[in-house]
Amino acid sequence: MAESIPVEENGHHAGDHRDHGHHEMSFSEKYIFPLDHKMIAMQYMFTGMFMALIGGFFAYAFRMQLAFPGIEVPGWGVVSPADYNSLVTNHGTIMIFWVAMPVLIAAFGNYLIPLMIGADDMVFPKINRLSYQVFLLSAIVILSAFFVEGGAFGGAWTAYPPLSTKAEYSLTGLGSTLWITAVFLEFVAFLLGGINFITTCMNSRAPGMKMWDIPMVVWMIVIASILFMLSVGPLLAGGIMMLFDQNLGTAFFDPDKGGDPILWQHLFWFFGHPEVYVVLLPAVGIVADVMTTFSRKKLFGYKTVLYTAIGTGVLSFTVWAHHQFIAGIDPRMANVFTVTTLLISVPIAEMMFVYIATLYGGSITLTTPMLWALAFIFEFLIGGITGIFLGASGNDIYMHDTYFVLAHFHYTFYPIAIIGTYAGFTYWFPKMFGRMMNDTLGKLHFWLTIIPFNGIFLPLFVLGAAGQHRRIYDYQNFPELALPWMQDMRQFATVMLLIMLGAQVLFFYNVITSWMSGEKAPKNPWKANSLEWTADSPPPHGNWPEGLPNCYRGPYEYSHPDREEDYWPQNEPA
Amino acid sequence: MSATPIATTRSTAGMPTARLAVWWIIASEIVIFGGVLGSYIMHRLAHGIWADYAANTNPWIGLFNTFVLLTSSLAAVLAHQAAERGDGQRAANLLYATCGGGLVFLCVKAYEWSYEISHGMTITANTFWSFYYTAAGIHALHVIAGMVLMLFTASWAKKNEHLHRVEIIGIYWHFVDVVWIFLFPLLYIAK
Repeated sequence: MAESIPVEENGHHAGDHRDHGHHEMSFSEKYIFPLDHKMIAMQYMFTGMFMALIGGFFAYAFRMQLAFPGIEVPGWGVVSPADYNSLVTNHGTIMIFWVAMPVLIAAFGNYLIPLMIGADDMVFPKINRLSYQVFLLSAIVILSAFFVEGGAFGGAWTAYPPLSTKAEYSLTGLGSTLWITAVFLEFVAFLLGGINFITTCMNSRAPGMKMWDIPMVVWMIVIASILFMLSVGPLLAGGIMMLFDQNLGTAFFDPDKGGDPILWQHLFWFFGHPEVYVVLLPAVGIVADVMTTFSRKKLFGYKTVLYTAIGTGVLSFTVWAHHQFIAGIDPRMANVFTVTTLLISVPIAEMMFVYIATLYGGSITLTTPMLWALAFIFEFLIGGITGIFLGASGNDIYMHDTYFVLAHFHYTFYPIAIIGTYAGFTYWFPKMFGRMMNDTLGKLHFWLTIIPFNGIFLPLFVLGAAGQHRRIYDYQNFPELALPWMQDMRQFATVMLLIMLGAQVLFFYNVITSWMSGEKAPKNPWKANSLEWTADSPPPHGNWPEGLPNCYRGPYEYSHPDREEDYWPQNEPA
Repeated sequence: MSATPIATTRSTAGMPTARLAVWWIIASEIVIFGGVLGSYIMHRLAHGIWADYAANTNPWIGLFNTFVLLTSSLAAVLAHQAAERGDGQRAANLLYATCGGGLVFLCVKAYEWSYEISHGMTITANTFWSFYYTAAGIHALHVIAGMVLMLFTASWAKKNEHLHRVEIIGIYWHFVDVVWIFLFPLLYIAK
């Protein structure tokens, strides 16, 4: 295992084979077509954040329509019914596939895996670069749909046929084809990236780093990549079938000609549900690392978190049909899927308890990343608990496709994608950019994001329980859904959204000013253990030009009784 | 940028990185074909009439193609053996033979499809034929991709470079073969 590479060979290799820094790179080699995992991570990070702005803008446009129907929305104009469909469809698609995936898996994975396992790069740097390029192409393809005749796809992010396969239903011809093509390309990009992550972590760990010495966030990204690889295949196959249905006139999903629209639902959700855990796990890993650092305690139950993550992964393949309780599946099957769905709350709850146990008795410092990590636990708990309601088929038959569902999955995805990202980004910012972030602005941004977030989605639980259905353009057309208190709640949620979006300006301001003129960051500002903190801030190409680190212990040795210092870096010999 | 990162040469898991990666690629490919074939099997079970449609496929052509693919895999194994011995030239020749097998397979396929299409059995005729062309088409794309990669590998092997890649492309080729072993009975034999 790890011992197969002698320690001395390490330094020898570093001098001989890697002439990092010897060769001056041109601008395009360094920033546009880089091979360096850190630069590729930055490309993913900023593309993801750019797409988040677009997804956020879509949310702003359709929420303005819901709160003040028919007004001219500043920056968009009057939202037509077709616009509304494209906006909600692309908000969902973009936020999951072009924000959560690239930022949580690709950006953090690329940045952290080599640094945290003590390698100088990914095992396949060129495939890594290719993965970003395919991803960028997919982003261009999905956005280009807004400029073609008929406009962007408006058949909802789940793309259920026959809405998605026939232009006469979705009202978008080429837009639908571009949508499915973009999703397909995006998955190819992540397959390339995922194989890189898994093999890197398996084969390129620092000498002495055993399985149990790998930081949790690396484990989680690797498990998430495996989950992704094993679940996305059927949807890739389904994507080909859908492209053929749209363009060749086949009838895989068309009941008229012997096809089956439910087939798409199975193929989609067989991937779609594990996808929730694909993006959840990296966030869970980030929170583990942040939380132990700022409570100066060992992670309570390292192996427990790991086994529960694997358990969650396995179970996630058995729950998909809970999305189809009202799609006409056999009620006996619904029972099975209810049970598996409820079962999955066991490992997830276990993870949450592990984190609370980690906090218990710790010396907690409320830095900005720590605030985000704590908020993750709190908000995700609401998402998880409401998931139990919806997992029960009897209850779901009433709740299905109401705003209760919508509020539920925003309470899971928001903590995952937004809160998890902010926790990781603010935690590793000093390493990424070599400067400290402004903590006051960071905290202000935190509160101005978290409070309005709850202000948006708590009312939606109430509206959903009152029967407000999803994907309706104007509730004035439904008198029972247009009661004054309902409209007030919609307006409240929209105002909260405006505040939350405004707060993100503060975040970008903080990032830019800290990047330009923040306090210089030392190598290890948080006094953390894992290997990335032993590299320079920011690490140069090759990460440790003076020789790669060796590893002697696990990443969570805080407050060890035999040590004067309250941390014990992984690379420090005993 | 010509330097080799040390990450690419380490082998903590005790297996060369490229071999490890190709197994992961195959794992992800299995679920792609799993999605198509699983959907096909479920439909097939639900529609008894599909047996009548399937009766129009030609099992003898399918059998011949199975034989061609299996033989080409044998050449890939021999190429690996030659590469292990350091005989790059022989490995390259055997890889060309493997590619030749792929080419014969594709030509037979083209003949078979053009015959079927000219008799009205097109991809839009009904869902059976949609699956027939889609499943075999995705497989054929994998054959083509494998042949392209194999030609690159052979050109390196000829110069005695990257000989370990002969094994990698061989593993992939066997996988493509095994997929066909599933497609053949499902599309041709089961009536």
